Amino acid sequence: MSDTVTPPPVTAETEASAERSTRRRMTLNMGPQHPSTHGVLRVLLELDGETIVRAEPDIGYLHTGIEKQCESKTWQQAVTLTDRVDYLSNLSNNLCYALAVEKLLQLEIPPRAQWMRVLLVELTRINSHLVWLGTHALDLGAMSVFFYCFREREDILRLFEMFSGQRMMTSYIRPGGLALEPPRGWDKAVRRFIDAFPSKVDQYESLLNRNPIFLERTKGVGILPLEDLLDLGVTGPMIRAAGMPWDIRKSEPYSSYEKFDFSVPTRTENDVYARFQVRVEEMRQSARIVKQALEGMPEGPWKADAPGILLPEREKMKTQMEALIYHFKIVTEGYSVPAGEAYQCVEAPRGEIGYYVVSDGTSRPYRVFMRTPSYGNLQALPDMIQGQLIADTIAAMGSMDFVLGDVDR
Amino acid sequence: MEFYIITLVKAALIAFVLLTAAAYLVWLERKVLAHIQLRLGPSRVGPHGLLQPLADAVKLLTKEDLIPRDAHKPFYLLAPLLAVSLSLISISVIPFGPEVEIFGYRTYLQLTDLSIGVLVVLAVSSLSVYGVALAGWASNSKYSLLGGLRSSAQMVSYELPLAITVAAPLLLANTLSFRELVDSQAGYYFGIIPRWNIFQLPMPQIFGFIIFLIAAFAETNRVPFDLPEAENELVAGFHTEYSSMKFAAFFTAEYINIMTICCVATLLFLGGWQPLFPAQYGSDFVPVLVNLGAAAVALYHGLNPARPKDRLTLPVVAAVFAGIALLFLVPFLKPILVPLFWFATKTGLLVFVFIWVRGTLPRFRYDQLMKFAWTFLFPVALLNLLATSFLVAVTSK
Repeated sequence: MSDTVTPPPVTAETEASAERSTRRRMTLNMGPQHPSTHGVLRVLLELDGETIVRAEPDIGYLHTGIEKQCESKTWQQAVTLTDRVDYLSNLSNNLCYALAVEKLLQLEIPPRAQWMRVLLVELTRINSHLVWLGTHALDLGAMSVFFYCFREREDILRLFEMFSGQRMMTSYIRPGGLALEPPRGWDKAVRRFIDAFPSKVDQYESLLNRNPIFLERTKGVGILPLEDLLDLGVTGPMIRAAGMPWDIRKSEPYSSYEKFDFSVPTRTENDVYARFQVRVEEMRQSARIVKQALEGMPEGPWKADAPGILLPEREKMKTQMEALIYHFKIVTEGYSVPAGEAYQCVEAPRGEIGYYVVSDGTSRPYRVFMRTPSYGNLQALPDMIQGQLIADTIAAMGSMDFVLGDVDR
Repeated sequence: MEFYIITLVKAALIAFVLLTAAAYLVWLERKVLAHIQLRLGPSRVGPHGLLQPLADAVKLLTKEDLIPRDAHKPFYLLAPLLAVSLSLISISVIPFGPEVEIFGYRTYLQLTDLSIGVLVVLAVSSLSVYGVALAGWASNSKYSLLGGLRSSAQMVSYELPLAITVAAPLLLANTLSFRELVDSQAGYYFGIIPRWNIFQLPMPQIFGFIIFLIAAFAETNRVPFDLPEAENELVAGFHTEYSSMKFAAFFTAEYINIMTICCVATLLFLGGWQPLFPAQYGSDFVPVLVNLGAAAVALYHGLNPARPKDRLTLPVVAAVFAGIALLFLVPFLKPILVPLFWFATKTGLLVFVFIWVRGTLPRFRYDQLMKFAWTFLFPVALLNLLATSFLVAVTSK
């Protein structure tokens, strides 16, 4: 961010303490198989007793080459890869990619599709935060919260399955609109869930936020100044917990977010507990958005009117020659996207997702670059846990809420 | 000669009951936790997973027994042995009931009646830290080492408030023998409030009891003090490198320790086998009613089964409970079984609290745990002891 290059505080601190202490240090290899690294993260910890002198995250164990793989798929096929970047916020990734491609295609998305996208993406946020809350609490030793969170997550996954036929790898939001027509009875199912959900959030909160042990473990832990967080590229709930109301849904609204009424929760304490509070409040706000989307859902088509890009309807294929030709072309070689480049960012559960999409005019992307929030968030780990205890590492890592697939992509 | 035979029979009986109880405690814990967490728990092996402990034992016995290459072998092998044998020793001085007459022999429901039983339990539980510390050190693994270190520090710290709270009821009873402690808690105030140590004048030990329970959680390495085996930080803590029966030994030791500490809490604070209210109000019939109630519940669910197989299994359970209820009515068994019932019920409730807490609370951080022990638990325990000794001194004349 700044022009001047300052040495990272990790090494500076380490050298100072190396001079101070002549005691023998222990190097602990945490991961890649470890119960609380949530995936295959390896953290090299240099310990003085149980105090962390130096921490070095080692990533790459889950590298899938998704960005590169996108280049060998058609524009349509690449959607399925975006699911797999961050398996907990699949629809946010779908949406971001779709919006970027739509920018190149200059497609107009009908309001119904936009509102449906908002609804689904907010459900994704709830889903992701539920997994985060459950595993975070589990890491801190509170076992039962995990199961309560997964009870509600199961409901959301059932909704996703209802929409797309898939629980996790939905690929439901595609360039041009949605993959399928929303199923019959979806509104009732979503309403049933969203009416019951806010009281469930209160339940989780009551299990944790008045628990002195939980407060002891999270308050004042994992603090890093806001400037450092910004320098390291941290986004999402983590900087909102540091007092910065940065939310792309508000600052650069996409997909009709400007028409929804919601607030961006912020805290200023900047510790693990503040991040907990921000995320729990975000779940409530997401529930509000879902409710608004449900109540104000406009009528109309659920996909754009773009015959050469979206598959024609079955009926038309049987009666119109043109439709049959489009169908054949889309299925065999895909649609081509005008040459150019586009960048789109969305506010995903974990922070800011950005897709930079380059087209050379063919039916396959020339380049798809993903700016993933987990990568930026994880960068804060060494600074955040330095000088703290092993147990704080767990709390701090939990509060970052990274997904290793999202880090390595 | 007679003494040896009786002692051997009793030892065999207690070891059998204890190990079975430990195995079923694991089952109970899994079931209770599961139901707290919206799960079913073990349900595949036998009806309601009742044979699960057996399956676990078979599994652990047949697992490959690995010894890490660079482990310090003698200590590595000694550690689980130490853990399990020390946990078995302390149960030998714990009485389960009063003096009874069986086949003409008068005997205590206890293996040995030591006059310093309380001290023995404290001493042995202090020794048990060696099992953990040695396991952590000898495994030659960093996770084990950290787990062992944490555990030693924790057990040593919590030993202190534990011992101090134990001293208060000893002052009230003026004895070190468990049996005399329980006898001193017999009788009722106003004919209805039991003279258990948590109610006993001049200084009710209710705070002492709570401190004892907290320290007991730490002493047995249970949530929220389960740092030595903090799964999410230190993988499995001190027993990371142990497999097969050596792991099972630690596991058994942990559960036997829970039972021992709950027994001790019952004896020291909850009046041992003294009933909740006097016999003239019918306290002897409580076990009958409890078991008949359990039988009725089981029968009801058997007649309105949630699953088809419940129609067969639950009436059997009901019959077992009804049979137990009838046993309490047999005049010859009654003086043995009724005290046992009260003792087992109190201990069982405490064990349930242990499981319940595990399903609810998060885990302390290492330094917070130490701070809690030294800056809160220790002073409060000391105050409790001071107040008790002062009141005892004032009122004893």
